[in-house]
Amino acid sequence: MSASEDPREGRTILTGIVGDALQSATRSIPAGEPPELPPNSELRVIGKRVNRVDAVPKVTGQARYTFDVQLPGMLYGRIVSSTVPHARIKSIDTSAAQAHPGVRAVHILDRIVGIAQLRDPAAEANERYPLVRYHGQPIAAVAATSMRAAKAAAKLVKIEYERLPHVTSLEAAMQQDAPVVFPGPTEQAATAGGGGAAPGLPQEGNLRGPARGGLGGGPRGDVQQGFAQAERLLTREYRTQVQTHTPMETHGLVADWRDDELTLYASTQFVLSVRDEAADIFQLPKEKIRVISEFTGGGFGAKFGIGNYGSLAIHLSRKARAPVRVVLDRREEHVSVGNRPSSIQRVKLGAQRDGTLTALQVESYGTGGVAAGAGVGFCQSTMYPIPNLLTEHYDVFTDAGPCAAFRAPGQVQGIFALEQALDELAVELDVDPLALREKIDTNDTDDARARRVERRIGAERAGWSQRRPPAADPGPVKRGLGMAQSQWAYIVHGTTTCEVRIRGDGSVAAITGAQDIGTGTRTIMAQTVAEELGLQTEDVEARIGDSRYPAGPAAGGSRVTSSITPAARNAAYAAARDLAARVAPALEAKAEEIVFQDGRVFARGRPERGLTFKEAVRQASFDEIVQRADRREDYDGYRAKLGDLHISKQGIGGVQFAQIAVDTETGVVKVERIVAVHDCGRPINPKLIESQIYGGVIQGVSYALYEERHLDPGTGVQLNANIDQYKIVGSRETPDIDVHIIEQLGRQSSTDARGVAEPANVATAAAIANAFYNATGKRIRTLPMTPANVLAALRAADAADDEEPA
Amino acid sequence: MDDSTAAEPVSLALTVNGRPCTVRIDPAATLVEVLRDELHLTGTKVGCDRGACSACTVWLDGEVVASCMTFALDARGKSVTTIEGLAQGDRLHPVQQAFVEHDAMQCGFCTPGMVMSCAHLVERNPDCTLDDVRGAIGGHLCRCGAYPNIFKATLAAATTLRQRKQGDSA
Repeated sequence: MSASEDPREGRTILTGIVGDALQSATRSIPAGEPPELPPNSELRVIGKRVNRVDAVPKVTGQARYTFDVQLPGMLYGRIVSSTVPHARIKSIDTSAAQAHPGVRAVHILDRIVGIAQLRDPAAEANERYPLVRYHGQPIAAVAATSMRAAKAAAKLVKIEYERLPHVTSLEAAMQQDAPVVFPGPTEQAATAGGGGAAPGLPQEGNLRGPARGGLGGGPRGDVQQGFAQAERLLTREYRTQVQTHTPMETHGLVADWRDDELTLYASTQFVLSVRDEAADIFQLPKEKIRVISEFTGGGFGAKFGIGNYGSLAIHLSRKARAPVRVVLDRREEHVSVGNRPSSIQRVKLGAQRDGTLTALQVESYGTGGVAAGAGVGFCQSTMYPIPNLLTEHYDVFTDAGPCAAFRAPGQVQGIFALEQALDELAVELDVDPLALREKIDTNDTDDARARRVERRIGAERAGWSQRRPPAADPGPVKRGLGMAQSQWAYIVHGTTTCEVRIRGDGSVAAITGAQDIGTGTRTIMAQTVAEELGLQTEDVEARIGDSRYPAGPAAGGSRVTSSITPAARNAAYAAARDLAARVAPALEAKAEEIVFQDGRVFARGRPERGLTFKEAVRQASFDEIVQRADRREDYDGYRAKLGDLHISKQGIGGVQFAQIAVDTETGVVKVERIVAVHDCGRPINPKLIESQIYGGVIQGVSYALYEERHLDPGTGVQLNANIDQYKIVGSRETPDIDVHIIEQLGRQSSTDARGVAEPANVATAAAIANAFYNATGKRIRTLPMTPANVLAALRAADAADDEEPA
Repeated sequence: MDDSTAAEPVSLALTVNGRPCTVRIDPAATLVEVLRDELHLTGTKVGCDRGACSACTVWLDGEVVASCMTFALDARGKSVTTIEGLAQGDRLHPVQQAFVEHDAMQCGFCTPGMVMSCAHLVERNPDCTLDDVRGAIGGHLCRCGAYPNIFKATLAAATTLRQRKQGDSA
């Protein structure tokens, strides 16, 4: 029986933003839900700045990442990648590689995952090998007793290509006579990490689309009518670049193929996606595959499934009858396992003089290389109540590595355009950008309600009232202040289970299969269970990262905390009630009177007669209490369900303010300060949330100012596939960041917790761009803000392409 | 290098985390390869393998080096300190302790290298400033963006060390 069919009870509970206004609301709640939690100020462990429970292994080098897995007899795998951007492979000769000393297996890939697939499976069915569609596409791999031997042998694999014409830039690929990347229409299914593209769309040449709508819903109203009602029309074009994920631990997998079981050690954001893809490709029952992921060194959206590197590791392990480690080098990481697509966004916005938006039309193009799914998010549809809306998106295929979900996929690009267009509108209407948001940010959603409070707090912290008119500095270095708003979906992973064990010795464990990519999964789960049992976080052993454990959520879409904490709390609640019934006689109380607090167990109102938790367990005398709970559906249900990806009607978001300095002579932009005010439902651990917001802001600054993948058009080679030339914010470029978190009790689950990783990254580039205008009086509509792009923006004539309304 | 033309393994004696050891290595091996693959000290990470991310930072005779850019043979007779050797038993180095308390990490993959550089800084200069910290980790990459907390943690650890030194001299 699904959760939605459970009997329900009406409860009147306080909802809203703590410190702002809490109102009574009635929720229909599944029977048996634990009582609603009070605000964090009344809790002991939840909402507290608890240290990350796995911090000590991380600072002592004891934390074992996939990169660190060393098994007896383990071989080292090295991938052979294409050296041309588009070709048919005529032959592959592996004999010299096979004969190389130390080599134990060689495997040639017959199926490439993670890219768009031809709709007609027969179209390339007669090809002997998968076609090469980008420089660096994996073709084969070698396993040897040392990395040195594997590398040497990989170089001996001889590949004969029949070159085909290629195209690497979005603009070139859109031309009528451009070389065609795929010979026919394609499809790309979503993975557990999102991504993918709407099915069945038309495809002409390299253009696939238009996709109208998506996560935010389809078109609405009539944009022509909306533009006719407008008193002000704005037509602008915004451009964003390709960004690569660059996690510090590259993608990697250690495969150990045995007759009875396949064990995979994976650097992943979702152990079950690794298991399921391996089961599909190798035709194995899922229960024969075990996936382990103790620590993952970052992912940011790119680490889902087994990938071609993982499939190669498994093939090699099967052939060599030994464990095989395949870990990408930095070039392979940049080139072959994901990126944030570029975008060209043509935005037309209509508004009345008072700021009321009448219509929005966005035509967008983006290239995700050989993968589809280069859209520009859903903010156009979901953020503001715009009556007339039309978004049309085209994926443009190029001979470049595939895109993958990347921290708020699409939304980062979309918000860069939308929030800058609104800033431009505010200037045109001569209203304060904050006042304009106050006027239009009125949807009946939690994120809109949160932003109202966040604007007020942020404006105060950022000194908005002292904001000067554009280009106020007389000298060459000009300072400015800008703001932009953030929104992301509040997502829950449907199939999420937590198990809580109270053992006879009084120790407690909380167990779920979920992995941790650095957000603090163990910590928030332990805190939630500790709160319920009246213990401290460190009293609860959190076990994660194993596909044999109860199913945990994917670590993508900002959904781990929202998914796992309600399941953890409900399991802990059930375990506590179980223990209460056993210990009540010893305390001469009824089970329902028993409370757990500060490490003690006692009858309500009689703390002096209590026992310590361990004593209570000992007196109750049992071997083990085991309680499991599933993540129940949100009390008000969902707006959409895409498999396990359940999307609430409510959103999450924030407001960010950027203070920057632009050197108008050199074109160098420095971000001096960011104020980031965010909501994430009930904050479970402000210390860890701050860390994530710092990270989101820093990645946003990095995207706005520095990061860009450069492909050589002639060869398709990425010119900066490393860490020194692919520029990323480091310690010297890190601005002062002021984080403020609000506490919003949405009352949709037993913990009210929601995610924060993605909204923290969404608004930063737009806020910096708006600060750029405030600093210089000029708009920068092209990312990244490199000196060349900055100087071009400063020299550009003022936009004169606004149409006068009819 | 091609294995078939590889030089014969050579013997290398060095001290790692205070313990003398001798290993047979490929003369082309880097220090990080020997630490990780021969001595199984996997706390030291490799992020780029070309000296650009500093995840592989260790101390060689007390100085920070990128162990991916150091030939193991250049450590002959020298003393190497890795992340595994920084704590004294269960007692964390003040920088490690401050990293824990200030959550100066997220995924943690860059953390061992960061800790080695920050510990080196505070031991050399307990009066270090924020600019000194930025400089000390200027060659390190943390993709999760833990920098603000790394700054706070390192300055807090420096304060701890200053207080300890004052306590010692009092």
